[in-house]
Amino acid sequence: MPLRLRGGGSKDFYGNVPRGEVLDTRGYAGIVSYDPTELVVTARCGTSLLDLEKILQEKNQFLPFDPPHFGPGATFGGCIAAGLSGPRRAVAGAVRDFVLGTKLIDGRGRVLQFGGAVMKNVAGYDVSRLLAGSLGTLGLIAEASLKVLPRPSSERTLRLEAGEGEALATMNRWAGEPLPLSASAWHEGRLFVRLSGAEPAVHAAAHRIGGEAGQASLWNELKEQAHPFFAGAEPLWRVSLPTATAPLQLPGRQLIEWGGALRWLKSDASAMAIREAATRAGGHATLFRAADKSAGAFTPLDPVNARLHKALKAAFDPAGILNPGRLYADF
Amino acid sequence: MGSRLSVVSALRGFLPARAVLHEEEDTRPYECDGLTAYRQLPMVVALPETEEQVRRILQACHAMGVPVVPRGAGTGLSGGALPPGDGVLLSMAKFMRAVRVDPVARVAVVQPGVRNAAISELAAPHGLYYAPDPSSQIACTIGGNVAENSGGVHCLKYGLTVHNVLGVRGFTIEGEPIVLGGEALDAPGYDLLALAIGSEGMLMVVTEVTVKLLPKAQSARVIMASFADVEKAGDAVAKIIAAGIIPAGLEMMDKPATRAVEEFVGAGYDLEAAAILLCESDGTSEEVEDEVARMKAVLEGAGATRMTVSGDEAERLRFWSGRKAAFPAVGRISPDYYCMDGTIPRKRLGEVLNFIAALEKKYGLRCPNVFHAGDGNLHPLILFDANDAGQLDRTERFAAEVLEKCVAVGGTITGEHGVGVEKINQMCVQFRPDELELFRAVKHVFDPAGLLNPGKAVPTLARCAEYGRMHVHGGKLPHADLPRF
Repeated sequence: MPLRLRGGGSKDFYGNVPRGEVLDTRGYAGIVSYDPTELVVTARCGTSLLDLEKILQEKNQFLPFDPPHFGPGATFGGCIAAGLSGPRRAVAGAVRDFVLGTKLIDGRGRVLQFGGAVMKNVAGYDVSRLLAGSLGTLGLIAEASLKVLPRPSSERTLRLEAGEGEALATMNRWAGEPLPLSASAWHEGRLFVRLSGAEPAVHAAAHRIGGEAGQASLWNELKEQAHPFFAGAEPLWRVSLPTATAPLQLPGRQLIEWGGALRWLKSDASAMAIREAATRAGGHATLFRAADKSAGAFTPLDPVNARLHKALKAAFDPAGILNPGRLYADF
Repeated sequence: MGSRLSVVSALRGFLPARAVLHEEEDTRPYECDGLTAYRQLPMVVALPETEEQVRRILQACHAMGVPVVPRGAGTGLSGGALPPGDGVLLSMAKFMRAVRVDPVARVAVVQPGVRNAAISELAAPHGLYYAPDPSSQIACTIGGNVAENSGGVHCLKYGLTVHNVLGVRGFTIEGEPIVLGGEALDAPGYDLLALAIGSEGMLMVVTEVTVKLLPKAQSARVIMASFADVEKAGDAVAKIIAAGIIPAGLEMMDKPATRAVEEFVGAGYDLEAAAILLCESDGTSEEVEDEVARMKAVLEGAGATRMTVSGDEAERLRFWSGRKAAFPAVGRISPDYYCMDGTIPRKRLGEVLNFIAALEKKYGLRCPNVFHAGDGNLHPLILFDANDAGQLDRTERFAAEVLEKCVAVGGTITGEHGVGVEKINQMCVQFRPDELELFRAVKHVFDPAGLLNPGKAVPTLARCAEYGRMHVHGGKLPHADLPRF
């Protein structure tokens, strides 16, 4: 009997359409350990992401990959299984970069532990990082240990006027300089950057970059897709590209993040056209939000990768009961 | 399984004669990597120069059922590149080309035989560098770094190899081309790149690596702080982090280690201190000034008895030179030493160091300690004389107890040196049978016939005997001139 692993359901929209009997993870909640000086938090999958972030904030720490919640019910386990990161990702790294260890329940119901709660660990294959973004198809992430970091003591958002091509060039140029950048975005002729770090460094960098003061709330609006760009009925595509890729020539509206490496596209163009453009540029396109996901949420894999994916799925979940079809239709 | 002559003849069907070695005098240099206690003459050594040659070697070996062991520079410390006596050692040493450096996108595409330090040299004209800096960076290759998920002294802030490699290209053991990751920040499907990095050459053969380049910090300064006891030094590390500071480097050495080093390189360490900390700050000059001041205040509050801040780049490098020379320096004061590589939660440092001190008495052996304090990665070095059989036996039991302790306090048997052949038995203690079975299943997905680097990293027997160690005889580490972390 297929199982649909589910936390708060805040990311039900993500990936292919979920099916199976709901296994609600929220009952298995709570922080297992958190010692700020170790820079590690270990929590159970059903822990509210909001609560966890509050606890970190009390100690002036945070999850540096800026996980989107997409709803008040977001859970810690769902955050790792979805593998989604927010505006800070281009600089700080993604979910997988902060996963240190996991306790997993595989498709046979075995409880397995990989990695640990230490920064460096090369004993065995890195199964824990593999689980980030696996959408629950390899196992239920029962517990996980993540690296956390101190919050930057100072932040500033700046706004400049720039066309798309100019903005891409500028973001990439700045990223090649030793500036305390923590996020960047472009939309409709406006380039936004966030500087984070020690006040003297932020101050000096703001002077170097120029522009006007911007709204700090922008970054949360982008992370949670509350920004007006994300409204509207057209399908939302998440196009992940080499950072310096020239402006995409596709119909629709665009919003750029991650210094150019992430292009959000609201477009009615065909899945094939969008995926071809992304693949040609060395990236891939995910059908992020859409009423119709028949084109498949994710870019199809090449034959070797497809074979390895299916075989890995079979190794972790031989009966194929965990979130079947959520990542790719055939496993 | 192929005989030597049939393998040689099959490979010479498409490789020039000079690229296929099988005479003992030619294969001898490949008999071990940096872990010289383990030696094995490879049946055949292949030295391909092109991806097509790699593909054909793998296809041919797969068809004949012949094991293949990939090798980079052979500087690894866990025997990951120990050759197969019945197979082909695949040297990637000729893959030395930098394919491309893109200063705008801040990536470098290089072949696996390119040295770690060479990548930063290529990037330097653009004000960029490749962050992971393992000990042997002037000799070790990026291909080997990918296999081992190598670290260095700047991991806490800048990450390991897995955080700095964007993509790899290569072949499965069957000779099928495989591409994982790329120049985008993520790829569709499972994160197979994360699985491949640190897989000790058991899942695929890498023929090209795409790495992330970072802007070089404007400035860097290091504080050398002295402490009257090691626990205070350990507490100081926790206090720096509690103050919201992530130093670019954070290293600790105890008195026996600083004394050995000082005689060797004259780094200017405080020889009266029970332990010293090296705390580095990097960034814009404003950032560094601010952070150094804050770190000094924390260190002072934590009981530092003396502090020196590097005044210029030469002094900064001198402070680091001692730390980097710690292994060879210890090699000079003892006929042999065992190097361990356990990682522990930092807060257990005092407990583990006291435990080690008690073991020194129990076994009658000395054990200087160098410690990647920021990462919790310990390198205790047990000094012994291998010519005294009793000492060797005591050293083995000493090492076993230390690594057992690392696992017991919630740590791991290896932080950065890898499992290889060296710690394969200890894997049985850190992991339970079901977990080891899953590792074997993962291996089977990529290599059903079990021909790629067989017998490494994942034990096939549930035999848990002794723990990891690096055996260095007569102070002679291979590449003894290299700094070691």
